[in-house]
Amino acid sequence: MLDQTEGYVTEDGRKIGGVVMEMKNITLRFGGVVAIKDISFDIRQGEIRAIIGPNGAGKSSMLNVISGFYVPQEGQVLFNGKPRPQMRPYEVAQQGIARTFQNIALFEGMSVLDNIMTGRLNKMSSSIFSQAIWRGKAEREEVENREKAERIIDFLEIQHIRKTPVSRLPYGLKKRVELARALVAEPNLLLLDEPMAGMNVEEKEDMSRFILDVNDEFGTTIALIEHDMGVVMDLSDRVVVMDYGKKIGDGTPSEIRNNQAVIDAYLGVAHD
Amino acid sequence: MTQTSTGVDGLTSIPALLNRNASTFAGKAAYREKEFGIWQSWTWAEAEKEIEALALGLLNLGVNEGDFIAVIGRNRPALYWAMVAAQSVGAVPVPLYSDAAAEEMAYVLEHCGARFVIVADQEQVDKVIEVQDQLRQFQHLIYLDARGLRKYDHTTLHQYSNVQDQGRAAYDEFHPELVRRRDALNYDSTCVMLYTSGTTGKPKGVVLSNRNIIETSKNSSEFDDLSAGEDILAYLPMAWVGDFIFSLGQAYWTGFCVNCPESFETMMTDLREIGPTYYFAPPRVFETQLTTVMIRMEDASPMKKRMFDYFMAHAKKVGPDILDGNPVSGFDKLKYALGNLLVYGPLKNTLGFSRVRIGYTAGEAIGPEIFDFYRSLGINLKQLYGQTEASVFITQQPDGQVRSDTVGVPSPGVELKIAENGEVFYRSSGTFVEYYKNAESTADTKDAEGWVATGDAGFIEDGTGHLRIIDRAKDVGKMAGGEMFAPKYVENKLKFYPNILETVVFGAGREYCTAFVNIDLNAVGNWAERNNIAYASYQELAGHPRVLETIQEHVETVNRSVAEDPMLSACQVHRFLVLHKQLDADDGELTRTQKVRRKIIGEKFEDLVNALYDGSQQIYTETEVTYEDGRKGMISATLEIRDAKVVPVTAQKIAAE
Repeated sequence: MLDQTEGYVTEDGRKIGGVVMEMKNITLRFGGVVAIKDISFDIRQGEIRAIIGPNGAGKSSMLNVISGFYVPQEGQVLFNGKPRPQMRPYEVAQQGIARTFQNIALFEGMSVLDNIMTGRLNKMSSSIFSQAIWRGKAEREEVENREKAERIIDFLEIQHIRKTPVSRLPYGLKKRVELARALVAEPNLLLLDEPMAGMNVEEKEDMSRFILDVNDEFGTTIALIEHDMGVVMDLSDRVVVMDYGKKIGDGTPSEIRNNQAVIDAYLGVAHD
Repeated sequence: MTQTSTGVDGLTSIPALLNRNASTFAGKAAYREKEFGIWQSWTWAEAEKEIEALALGLLNLGVNEGDFIAVIGRNRPALYWAMVAAQSVGAVPVPLYSDAAAEEMAYVLEHCGARFVIVADQEQVDKVIEVQDQLRQFQHLIYLDARGLRKYDHTTLHQYSNVQDQGRAAYDEFHPELVRRRDALNYDSTCVMLYTSGTTGKPKGVVLSNRNIIETSKNSSEFDDLSAGEDILAYLPMAWVGDFIFSLGQAYWTGFCVNCPESFETMMTDLREIGPTYYFAPPRVFETQLTTVMIRMEDASPMKKRMFDYFMAHAKKVGPDILDGNPVSGFDKLKYALGNLLVYGPLKNTLGFSRVRIGYTAGEAIGPEIFDFYRSLGINLKQLYGQTEASVFITQQPDGQVRSDTVGVPSPGVELKIAENGEVFYRSSGTFVEYYKNAESTADTKDAEGWVATGDAGFIEDGTGHLRIIDRAKDVGKMAGGEMFAPKYVENKLKFYPNILETVVFGAGREYCTAFVNIDLNAVGNWAERNNIAYASYQELAGHPRVLETIQEHVETVNRSVAEDPMLSACQVHRFLVLHKQLDADDGELTRTQKVRRKIIGEKFEDLVNALYDGSQQIYTETEVTYEDGRKGMISATLEIRDAKVVPVTAQKIAAE
C-alpha cells in the first residue's frame, strides 16, 4: 500500500503526498541514558502520524527531535529533503512547524485572544516605533492577524472565552487554546504532545474531531503522541510504536493492531 | 370576528412585507450577526437581495409550490432568510428544534414530507443523513457552514452560498416564475408550519396562515408601540412560535432589527453588546440571571454588598411604583435616582438591559420575587399568555397594569371565554388553520365557531378583567379524599427557590402529595463551594445530607404557605426525594421548551413514586439516560426519601371553631 516516492491514498480517500520530514537512524543520549536508539521513519504531506508507546518509551524525546529542540548524537533529520541544521526555536517556527505541549504552556495571566495572537508574532514585521504610535503597517498587521486569530477561534468554537484570562479556564479548554495558538501560525507541520491527556471522554471526542478537521480543512500534516490507543487507532493514518527507545512497529493502525511485538509490549509476554 | 380578506394595505404575505421594507427602510439595518468577533450587518435592501438569490436557487433546484422546506439550526440571519425564501417560492417553511435527536427529527420530516432541508452545519447534516432512509420524500439538503463537509457525497448536498450563486446566475430564467409565485401568495396561504412539542404524544404540525401571523404581528406591535427603531436579540429556538412572531412577524411588520448571537455560549456577552430595546425570555432565563447576580454579589466586597443591599431594598419599595407612574415622594425619587447611578444602572448594563423598553416573559409562571426584582430595577418586564395555536398572543399585560399573579387582559383582537370546568377558550385572527394531516385533533381543539381550547384552567378576575391561570386543565385533579389537586401551584412555589431548578408533584387519586425535586447545580454548587462541601458529581451533590436538609426546609416553608389557601391546603408535600439526575428533554422528561412531561416522568420513575407512598426511607434505582449524540447509558443511585412537616389542616379548622 505504501509507495515510497509518490505517497498513498488513505482508506477514507485522502491523498497523502511525499515525505516532509524524514528521521534517519536517530540515536539520542542523555549522558549514559539512551533515550532513542537507531530509529528511522518518515512523515508525509497531509497525513496524521502517531507515535505511541508505553511510559518512558522515548515518545516526547522523539517529538523534541522532530521539533529541533533536541539534537540527536547520531543520525540525520531531513526536512523537505534537506538535512536540517541546528536551529533556534523561532527558526523552527519560521519553517512552518508549530506544536503544543504535554504540560500546557500558555501565558496564564493573558486572555485567550492575546495568547492566540502570540502565535502570530513571527508574522509581524512592523517596527517598534510603528507599533507604538499604532499607525500604518502596525495597524494593518494587527487587523490582519486578528482576523486570522478570529477564524481559528471560530474554527475551534471558543468564541465564548475570547476575553477570558487563561488561568480561569478548565483544563480541556486550555488544551484547545494551545491548539489555537499553534494553528494561528498556519503551520505545515503540527506537533501535538499528548493532546488528549487528562481529558474526559467528551473532551477527547471534541479534540479528536478538531484534529481531523484541522487536517481536512487546512491540509496540515500532523504528528502526535498519544496514550489512548482507541483514539490513536481512529485518528491516525500511520503509527510508529516505540518501546524502551526502540522502534518496534510502523504501519497503518490495522497493521499495528496485528503486530506481535506491539501486542507483547502493551499486553506483556507470558514467561513459561 | 372581523376578518379582512385583503390584508393591511394589501400586504398579505411576509415576502410582500420584505418588499415594502426594502424600499421604506432600504438603508436601515435589518439583521446583525456577530461573526469573527465583529457584528456584521445587513440592511433591509441587502436582506432582500440575499433572500431573492436563495429563492431563485431553490427554484433552480426544483422546489414546487406547496412543498415543505425544513429549516434546522440556531438563530442565524441566513436561516431566517431561508424561511422567507421558502415562502417566496410558494413553499412552506418548517423550522425544527436544532437540539432534537435524529429520531425526533425523522418523525417531523416524514410527517410533513419535506423535500428540502436547509441546515446550519455538519452536526445537523449528519442527523438528517442518519435518518434519510426513513424519509420517502426527502431530496435535497442545503447547508450553511461547510466545515467538515468537504468529503461528503455532494449529489444531493448543496452549500447555501452555491445555491444562491446558481440562483443569481439563473436570474433571467427563473425571475418571472419567482414573481408569479410571490404574487400568488395571499392572506390565506400558509405562512409557516410549527410543530408543537406537546407535553403528551407525538408533535403536531400547527399550520399558521399569513393572516394569522400578519394580523397578530400588527396587533401586538401596536399594543406595545413597537417601531422600526427596536433592536431584539434572536436566541430562542427558531422552531418556537414566539421566535417566529418576534424575529419574523413583528420584525417584518415594523421593520426593526434582528440581532443573532455568535454562539449559544456567548449569548450573555452579545446581549450586553446589543442592548436590546425589546426582549423576550422564558422565566428560567430570568431566574438564572438573578441567581448569577446573587452569587456574584456574595463574592463582592463588603462595601459593595452593603450598597447593593441598601439600594435594592429601596428599589423594591418604590421601583415598581415609579415604573408604573404612581405617585412617589420626592425624597424617594431622589434616592432612587442615586441608586440608579450607583447600582441599578451598572447592574442593568451588566445584564444587557440598559435599553430594554419592553420585556416579556411567558411559558411558565414566574416567581413574584424574580419578577419584582427586574421591575424594581426599572425594567418594564411584563407577562403574556399564549400558545402556538394562537400565533402566541392570547392575553398580555398593558403598561401600568403589571402584576406577577396574572397574565393580563385579552390581546387586541382576541376574545376569551371560560368554560364550565374552568378551561380557558379563545378566538382570534391569530387562531391556527389546522393541525397538519390531523383533522381529528383539529376538531378536538377548535370548534366550528373558531373557539380554541387552551387546555389551561383559569378565571377572569373581577374588577380588573385580568386572566389568572391556575394549572393545566388536565393536571388539575382530585385526591383520594376528594380535595382539589393542582400540582403546578405547589411546584411553582417550590421552584421560586434558587436552589430548586425543577420539581414534579404527585398526588392525583392519592392520600397525600409527594414530590420529586431537581436541584439547581449552579446555585447549590456555589453554596457547596462556600461551605467546603466536596462533591464529585451532580448525583453526589444531589444526595448530600445538607442539601437534603436545605430542600426540606424549603418544602416545609412552602407547605405552610400552601396551607393558608383553604382550597388547596391538601396539596402540601408530605414526602419528597431529590432526583439523582437532571430532568432532560433528551430523555423525554421535558419538552423541548423545558416543560415537565408529568405522565412520562411518572411512568419512567414508577419505582420512585411507589417508594414515596410505601413509607420506605430509601430506594435503589437504575435510570437510562440519553446523551446528546443519542447514545444511551445507565446510572444507578440510592435515594433517600424524606418526610416533610405539614400543617395539620383539619386541626386548624377545629381551632378556628
